[in-house]
Formats: sequence, C-alpha cells, structure tokens
Amino acid sequence: MAAWSQERLVRFVLKPLLLAACLFPFARLAAGAAGVGGISLGANPVEEILHTLGKWGLNLLLLTLCITPLRQLTGWAHWMRLRRMLGLTAFFYVAVHFLWYLLVDQGLNLTVLAEDIAKRPYITVGFTALVLLVPLAMTSTRASMRRLGRKWQSLHRLIYPATLLGCVHYYWQVKADVREPLLYLAALAVLLGWRWWKHRDRVSRAAPAAFERVR
Amino acid sequence: MLIKRPLDIPPSEITPEGLYLGRRRFLAGLAGTGLMAAAPAVLAQALTAAGAASGALKFTPNPRYSTSEKRNSFEDITTYNNFYEFGTDKAEPARNARSLRTRPWTVSVEGEAEVTGRFDIEDILKPHALEERIYRLRCVEAWSMVIPWIGFPLGDLLQRFRPASNAKYVEFTTLLDPKQMPGQRYPLLDWPYVEGLRMDEAMHPLSIIAVGLYGKVLPNQNGAPLRLVVPWKYGFKSIKSIVRIRFTERRPQSSWEKQAPREYGFYANVNPEVDHPRWSQKRERRIGAGAFWDRQPTLPFNGYAKEVASLYAGMDLARNF
Repeated sequence: MAAWSQERLVRFVLKPLLLAACLFPFARLAAGAAGVGGISLGANPVEEILHTLGKWGLNLLLLTLCITPLRQLTGWAHWMRLRRMLGLTAFFYVAVHFLWYLLVDQGLNLTVLAEDIAKRPYITVGFTALVLLVPLAMTSTRASMRRLGRKWQSLHRLIYPATLLGCVHYYWQVKADVREPLLYLAALAVLLGWRWWKHRDRVSRAAPAAFERVR
Repeated sequence: MLIKRPLDIPPSEITPEGLYLGRRRFLAGLAGTGLMAAAPAVLAQALTAAGAASGALKFTPNPRYSTSEKRNSFEDITTYNNFYEFGTDKAEPARNARSLRTRPWTVSVEGEAEVTGRFDIEDILKPHALEERIYRLRCVEAWSMVIPWIGFPLGDLLQRFRPASNAKYVEFTTLLDPKQMPGQRYPLLDWPYVEGLRMDEAMHPLSIIAVGLYGKVLPNQNGAPLRLVVPWKYGFKSIKSIVRIRFTERRPQSSWEKQAPREYGFYANVNPEVDHPRWSQKRERRIGAGAFWDRQPTLPFNGYAKEVASLYAGMDLARNF
C-alpha cells in the first residue's frame, strides 16, 4: 500500500511538477519572443534566448547526474523514475539551443556552421557534446533499455563526457568572467568525484573477498 | 578676460604649484586660441547644476560626420552595455552604475606635453562647443548600434595640452574606485581599464569625447562623465569614465590586449576579414533592427574606410589587428 501510494505520488505529483518546472524557462523565453506577458528579453533577444537555452541544457544535465547520488544518499529508489525525464528535457534544451544558433543566430548559414565547428574550439566541443547526447535520447525508451541490456548503462555513461564538454563549451565561450563556468565545472567535478569514490569503494570491498576465495 | 577658478573644488584637490602653473598656461592657452572668447556660455550653462537637473545639453548637429541610419532607441543604448566595472551582464551597468559620482571629477594630464596637471572637468569642457555625431558602434562581439552622441573632437582637447613632438601615443585610464565601481572588486581585468590610440588616430576628426547622447547628459552606464568614441574601432577601444590622459612615446598596452593578446590587438580596427579567434567578424547583428534574427555584413573600418583607411596605408592589418 505504501509503495503503491509512493508510486502514485511520483507519477501524478512529482513528475508533472518537475516537468513543468523544467519547461518553465522555455515557456518564459517563448512568451518573451512572442511579446506576451510583459516579459522582456532585453535589447538582444536572439542572444538572450541562445544563452538561456544553453545554460538550462547544462543545468538539467547536472540535475540528471544528481539522481544517482541522491538515490544512494537517501536510499529512496523512486528518484530513478525522474531521471529519464530530466535527461530528455536536458537534451531538448541542448537541441533547441543548437537549432536556435543554426537557424536564427546564424540564419541557417551552413558555411558559417562548418567554419565554426572546424575553427572555433568552443563550438567544436559544444557540437561534440550534442552529438554524444543524440544516441542517449534515442535509446531512452524502455524497449531500448531491454534490448540493449547491460550495454545500455555503458552507452549512457556518455553523459559524463557530454556534460564535461558542455561545461568547457561555456568556459571557452565567455570573454573574461569565468566565475560561473567554473562553478559548473566544480559541480560536475563533485558529481563525477562521488561516482569515482563509490566505484573505488566497491572495487576495494570486492577485492579482498575474491582473494580469500582463491586462498 | 577674467579667468576664474571654479569655486567648487575642495581643499583636498588643491594642486601643487608646478601643476598649478601648468594649469595657468593651459587656461591662458585657451584665451590665446580664442577658444575661451568663443567659449559659449552654452557648455558652462548646459553642464552645471541647472543643466544637469534636466539633463538637456545644447548642441549643434554635425551632419558631415553623422550617419542617416536609423538610430537605436535610448532604451537599447542605455540598457545593453559592456562596462565590466559595473558587472559583466549587459543589463547590469544600467542597474549598478548609479553608484558612480560624476561630479566633482578631475582629469589628470601627464606625460609628453607642455601642459600637464590635474584639471577640473569644468575646465576640461568649458571651451568646447558640443555637437551631435550619429555614429555606428560595432562591438567585437558582432553586434552593433547607431548612437547619437553629444561631444566634441578629441583632437581639439588634446591640442590644448600642446603634446610634445615625441608624444607618439595617448593613453586613457578609467576611474579606479571599487566603492563606486563594484565590478572592480574582482580582478576580471587588470583594473583600472586602460586604452590607447596612436596620436594620428586621436587627432582624427572622427575621434570624439562624448559627454552625452540623445541630447542629454551621458548616463553613467554609457561612460559618464567623459568617454572616448572612436567609431571605426571595436567598441572596447572607446574607454569610459576617463580620469587620466597620458602622452607617451611608447605604445601603451590596452586592458583587453593584456587580458588576451591573441584575441585583442592594440589597433582593434573593425575588419570583417580578420576573425576574432572565437567568432567570425564578417557579419553583425544590428540591435533592434529588421527582423530580430537578421545579420548584416560588417564593413571595413565600420564603414568609415574613406575617412580613416589612409591612417593605416602599408600596414598589414591581419598582423596589426
């Protein structure tokens, strides 16, 4: 009974609320672009939209990476049920960020796109991050998880390099004020450090047991 | 002619004798050139308390050096600013620059010139008749605006200090005061902000000192009370809130050049052929114009090539970027 109601809590309350929260920044940008609700995007709305989309892509990637530590720390298994949604909304922001850059910021100028990707390291790493995230979004369904089995988890570890490249993309993009990008990199370091520490813990606990068996 | 010192200088500002004599010569020089005689009560009036209250300035339009392109709105010009002394977000200077006090204000003139010393801003401004110059401003970040500045030729000001023959460059420095400029509490750049021009660039009639825009006293976030405007160079060359002018034989190092020498050069002439390492300079977004995603081609020297290209004849502009 308790498990059932927790299930319902996640499904009908937590998930919809979180989804609404995740999409709120997008709705704000859309309202601002359409000029409704008295929301101003400032003198340079194209840039404001581009930067906000990118930043929320990173925010949500980092939030996605919080799920596993949260489950380990709290022991509440239902966290996992929020992970796919967070990951997919992160991908949504990253993809729209890219499309906005390509279609609106650069006016679908493919020459500029090719030049940017080839010549400008911050765009090269940003684009690579997007490419890494595509297979993850495509294999996010339950069916894919079943089909890929153990390989699914290995594949989805691509979120680590993708997030790292996303943070580097931000760091290399700013002109002088690297405080915020450094904060993102620090958050990522904590999240990946936690995993490394847990992993080391597991390995070192497993090793003596194996040794004893041999003896 | 009666040359009167303004009475609003606090005792702490009293100048050593040498500098004082420098100032006497400076003011006498004004009289000599007849600038003082012509000195329209205009400015005195416009920029003293009475004028400042309404903020309105008296000026004459200068169509010869003005573009007829559509001007950006006062709001765009005053809420989208790169002025890291007040925060690195473009909306921050408009919110934070109120802490800047633009009166009293002194400018220190130093280096290779006959007339040096500390000058009250009113003495700096007095002989200059104000004109309106509607200029394009091209930021190194690939956006641009059209701004109706109110100001006067920089060359007219510099002449008054009678630069020596070995004054090859002129260096400008922004106020350093983290109390008034909270952005200076964090060493993003090597504060205070420094910029420089070659002497011939500084004397070019397009180079101006702006004290206003849209007919009113310059808002703090746009670089009050004195700001350089060099329209054929990227915006960061147009240093704001100037407190020091120094004539020098050696080329000064500007702040952005110091911060990232690969990305920002001393000349920083607008040039679509020379990309910034992190973005193309071929096109620009005119803020507030057309469909909001339009970009337009960037012109060499920001469209002022006819006037200024000869300054750089024979120079490799890809190397001297």
